[in-house]
Amino acid sequence: MSTVTSYLSLLRAEWTKFRTVRGWVIAMAVAALVTVLLGLLSASGSHASCSKGAIEVPCPAPPLGPGGEAVSDKFYFVHQPLEGDGSITVRVTSMTGQIRLPDIEPGVRRVTAGVVPWAKAGVMVKDGLRQGSTYAALMVTGEHGVRMQHDYTHDTAGRPGGVSKESPRWLRLTRSGDTLTGYESADGERWTEVGTTHLAGLPATVRIGLFAASPCDLLVTRGDFGGSVGQCRFAEATAVFDQVSPQGEATGGSWSHDDVGVSTEPDGTPHHPGGFAESGGTFTVTGVGDIAPFVDGETVENTLTGVLAGLIVVIVVAVMFVTAEYRRGLIRTTLLAAPRRGRALVAKAVVIGAVAFVTGLAAAAVAVPLGTRILRANGNHLLPVSLLTEVRVVVGFAALLAVAAVFALALGALFRRGAAAVTTAVALLLLPYLLATASVLPLGVAQWLLRLTPAAGFAIQQSIPEYPHMTGHYAPQAGYYPLAPWAGLAVSGGYAALVLALAVFRLRRRDV
Amino acid sequence: MRRHLHAEWTKLRTVPGAGWLPFAVVALTVGGSAAAAATVTCPPAGCAYDVPRLSLIGVQLGQAVVAILAVVAISGEYGTGMIRTTLTAMPCRTAVLAAKALLLTGVTLAAGTVAVLGSVLAGRLLLPGNGFTPAHDHPLLSLADAPTLRAAAGSVLYLALIALFSLGVAVAVRDSATAIGVVLGVLYLSSITIYLVQDPDWQRLLYRVSPMNAGLTVQATTGLSTLPLSPWAGLGVLAAWAAAALLGGGLLLRRRDA
Repeated sequence: MSTVTSYLSLLRAEWTKFRTVRGWVIAMAVAALVTVLLGLLSASGSHASCSKGAIEVPCPAPPLGPGGEAVSDKFYFVHQPLEGDGSITVRVTSMTGQIRLPDIEPGVRRVTAGVVPWAKAGVMVKDGLRQGSTYAALMVTGEHGVRMQHDYTHDTAGRPGGVSKESPRWLRLTRSGDTLTGYESADGERWTEVGTTHLAGLPATVRIGLFAASPCDLLVTRGDFGGSVGQCRFAEATAVFDQVSPQGEATGGSWSHDDVGVSTEPDGTPHHPGGFAESGGTFTVTGVGDIAPFVDGETVENTLTGVLAGLIVVIVVAVMFVTAEYRRGLIRTTLLAAPRRGRALVAKAVVIGAVAFVTGLAAAAVAVPLGTRILRANGNHLLPVSLLTEVRVVVGFAALLAVAAVFALALGALFRRGAAAVTTAVALLLLPYLLATASVLPLGVAQWLLRLTPAAGFAIQQSIPEYPHMTGHYAPQAGYYPLAPWAGLAVSGGYAALVLALAVFRLRRRDV
Repeated sequence: MRRHLHAEWTKLRTVPGAGWLPFAVVALTVGGSAAAAATVTCPPAGCAYDVPRLSLIGVQLGQAVVAILAVVAISGEYGTGMIRTTLTAMPCRTAVLAAKALLLTGVTLAAGTVAVLGSVLAGRLLLPGNGFTPAHDHPLLSLADAPTLRAAAGSVLYLALIALFSLGVAVAVRDSATAIGVVLGVLYLSSITIYLVQDPDWQRLLYRVSPMNAGLTVQATTGLSTLPLSPWAGLGVLAAWAAAALLGGGLLLRRRDA
């Protein structure tokens, strides 16, 4: 018998052992079922509505960017039309702002002068004023120097440093076809290129001009039991421009100005409006808001919260798949039939991993579409992700279950005791995840737990990435993992492989 | 009954790996409580912590070991086939289970008392350093304070009830892996499901029936009127879970082949 067929018959033997124990098959079905039911329960418990004066109305959907992602697109824009190719050159001489402080007395507003790190002001070329339309912008920022950004998710760094009257910053943005190039200069004579980008589908006529925006000020404080709590407070930025010279067809007329995306009070007046003033060629633009991805909403993976319950069941079955052999003495028969012990154990791991994978795939393939439907029906806005990401979340969920099953099986083989193996698996796989996401640990500790422990694999569920060019409370409790999705899964897989290797080693050396 | 107890005590004492479990209960409980007491700080502006409850938070970790202790006390016998010898020697199965339950309660009460006293002591020593001072309306933890005494004594009883609940489950399912999975699942998951629903009525209902949330209400000393249950009623819910598990397990033990 060739090696391959002998291995296949080993797999078949293990599969037969699994499928003929009715309890295990039922338990795996239960694992899928509780995962789905808990996910749907949590989805149906999540409602969203916004108040407009005294009445509750559905929340407005965030605009979508050119890449299909949800974006915030709120800023003050002073603009002119531009037909065909052209450019705009400005000098930024100052950037100031104000930030709201936490209230001491309720109802009494306190503000301080200052700009938040990602406050931004500069020049922009945009496809009209519609929120979410394609754009490219060259800007100075509060603390991140000159940046060239386009289409909400892309960011290129220029020279660091801020602006002042003594050291102003010249910015130039040129359009040639669908190519946008940003330059910066300290004196208006020697220019350095910051970045170049192609905006697909940019129409012939665009708006070109000056803008200012300031995201809210994020204050992360230590919460109860050492966790962290993010709080966002109003901030605005004011930039002063001079030497403004737009060039190209249709430019040179009067300036229009719009508070793009400004929120309004129930009576229709703008809430925290921006502003614009011009005198003698000096433009002062004040803006509130941000031009960046929007990440405040329900995510696809929120429908998979039942994973903990499902995992416990999978862990128990996987452990029993091996400890039951010891209990009944079947292991002696198994090893008589397959004297190469390592192979027998690996065959077991392959079978339980495959079963867990299929279970997880079935559970996620039902929970994600159904759960997202319920979330939407309840008025929640689901942050859109690409089909590829959605598939990764579903398949990754299945892979996580498979890795957990192999890990638990290996622990079972190592300890030969069910209770010890189950407790260890739960303590190493679920407990770090629970602790890290339940807001009981300082942020750093929570992140290290999710880097170093087998719980790192939960990262595979994260559908919305962390954006370096946006201030956010990127904590595990908000669904942000310190490792990239597949890297996290690889850490968990590594642990499973390590424990399996130890178990094989021990099985070879010991009597059964 | 004395002979039953003696036999069970010999078994529990000599089960490999079970001897250190009571010490692990103490270590994890005190360690968890001390870690919480060392990390939580009360800013000078004041804080709304339930200090006795905070200093007893390690019970939530220690209970897992109590569950293991209870499970190995019986599942080991099924694993090795010893249960047949036990039941041949002592044919009255209810008495066997009662002896096991009694012993387990005794061991857990002893370990739990040490663990809870250690936790309170750790809180008393560590918390004043983190801003929980009498000047800020947080008197030193003391068992002379009636609510604190109730929280401490209740926590010991809580651990004993967890042991009995786990024993009942373990007798019913006869396999250690399944039993520990069921116990940990029921305890920890039922306490999380509350966060999955957002409807306040459902939350209160789930709080009332979940053994861990309801049972740990016995540790609450502040804001009692806002809790869905009174402290002792909460412990009563856990007692009901333990009674149901023991009753179910006992019935199955009597009716089934071993």
